[in-house]
Amino acid sequence: MEFERIEGADRGRIVLYALSTCQWCRRTKELLSELGVAFSYIYVDLLEEDEMKGVIDDVTKYNPRGSFPVIRIGDKVIVGFHEEEIREALA
Amino acid sequence: MKKLPDVSEDEISARAARLQDEAEHSGYHLNPDVSVTRHLVRGLIANEKRYGYQACPCRCAGGRKEDDLDIICPCNYRDPDLAEYGACYCALYVSDRIAGGLAEAAPIPERRPPGSERSESIYRQENAVPSALPYPVLRCPVCGYLCARDAPPEHCPICHAMGERFRKLF
Ligand code: SF4
Repeated sequence: MEFERIEGADRGRIVLYALSTCQWCRRTKELLSELGVAFSYIYVDLLEEDEMKGVIDDVTKYNPRGSFPVIRIGDKVIVGFHEEEIREALA
Repeated sequence: MKKLPDVSEDEISARAARLQDEAEHSGYHLNPDVSVTRHLVRGLIANEKRYGYQACPCRCAGGRKEDDLDIICPCNYRDPDLAEYGACYCALYVSDRIAGGLAEAAPIPERRPPGSERSESIYRQENAVPSALPYPVLRCPVCGYLCARDAPPEHCPICHAMGERFRKLF
């Protein structure tokens, strides 16, 4: 799967599932970059159909509602751009 | 990985101006934060190019119009979200207070039901038309506008949602 990797401080496994057109996803990605942590992200809307299905199935496991962004920080899952929660999880 | 269709700055400006006019004309407001609004308008135009309809930029469209009628912008969830949270899910449309700079748009929960629960509630048409009515009553799913006529207008005269989204109320 084509996750993009952003280099930064190692805070464990951080994965962002996003849509390329979504402004809350953009804000989330900007926040992670601003915090200087290493993370991987994927734009689900830009995947080929077969790949997209698999990734959406994964996302639905973490977030049954199927909304974006979904942020995995270690074992923690945050749904939506909740700045305080994200900052706390990375503090 | 696919590429998002190109959208020029001029296209964004033109569409943003049109949406702004339409919104103000109907008593709605776009988010005064221009960087947010332009990002979302780019998404709307890109979605129109790749799917053929302007699917919500903050939701994952499936690319089949019949399945996404409820999230064509303005979506079925805009007005309930404006009423409850003062902004639509993407924060493209905002309340008087937010438009006036008295509050800021914050992320809100997703109101659209998950795929497995969607079909019944959203796509059902009422077919029982009481015989006493000379015309069926049709309802716009976005703003609730009602009209009594055989077929919906091409666009909702209030909120401009496309007529094929109307559903028969009775
Ligand atoms: S009105 Fe609905 S579809 Fe349009 S931007 Fe807002 S949440 Fe997305």
